[in-house]
Amino acid sequence: MIGLPHYLVLAAALFSLGILGLLTRRNAVIVLMSIELILNAANVNLVAFSRYATGNMDGQLFGVFVIVVAAAEVAVGLAIVLTLYRLRRTPNLDEADILKG
Amino acid sequence: MTAEAAVFWLFAIVTVGSAAVVVLSRTLIYSAFALLFTFFGVAGLYVLLGADFLAATQLLIYVGGILVLLLFGVMLTHKIYDLDLRTETTQLASGLIVAAGLFVILAATAVRTQWMSVPRTPAPTTAEIGRLFLGRYLLPFEAASVLLLVALLGAAMIVRRRRDA
Repeated sequence: MIGLPHYLVLAAALFSLGILGLLTRRNAVIVLMSIELILNAANVNLVAFSRYATGNMDGQLFGVFVIVVAAAEVAVGLAIVLTLYRLRRTPNLDEADILKG
Repeated sequence: MTAEAAVFWLFAIVTVGSAAVVVLSRTLIYSAFALLFTFFGVAGLYVLLGADFLAATQLLIYVGGILVLLLFGVMLTHKIYDLDLRTETTQLASGLIVAAGLFVILAATAVRTQWMSVPRTPAPTTAEIGRLFLGRYLLPFEAASVLLLVALLGAAMIVRRRRDA
């Protein structure tokens, strides 16, 4: 029988993979993709709780807001990455050290 | 094994497997296309959880919007004729330790905790979501629309070429 813990473990796996991508990849676009994985993991949790634990719709509404914020985040994040690429000719995050004294 | 369990495991394998490809693949384009399957898998899980509106939103916004935007990002930050679309990793060992530890902690908590259980019987959700958005959640709904406008203007401001520069 599939229950709440199944979905929570699945979301934990998705979240951990996103964290792994954030920590280990140098490419800025992959880092943005990893953030999307993390947001999706949070959304799976919210919808699973809405289905199995709270018995109302609040989790799904929160999920819609998460998707809205993710769309805004990726638009602004990509704009920053493109500006960085135009400035430094590299998509690698650890070469963006202009602020370092 | 019931049909629900079979479908759950199918979507779970698709989602986690392609998420692993996103993170671990050395080629940027493979990551972008694996992300497509992750989003499809998560949409399938939403359907399985009885969230039909959210599943459709996931397909429309993530697959139709965010993924296309990310592909633009891939294309614009790499020369297409450049064969070297490869990307490097840093601190792989320590990152693996942190991520694996995090997964163990989260999974152990999820399995061991005695969760409150008030299951919702699956029913069409769209009408209910619309009522809640224009009723109890009207203020966050309006705030989200302002946020989207600000993000749109902000993104356009950041990427525009300054004439004096």
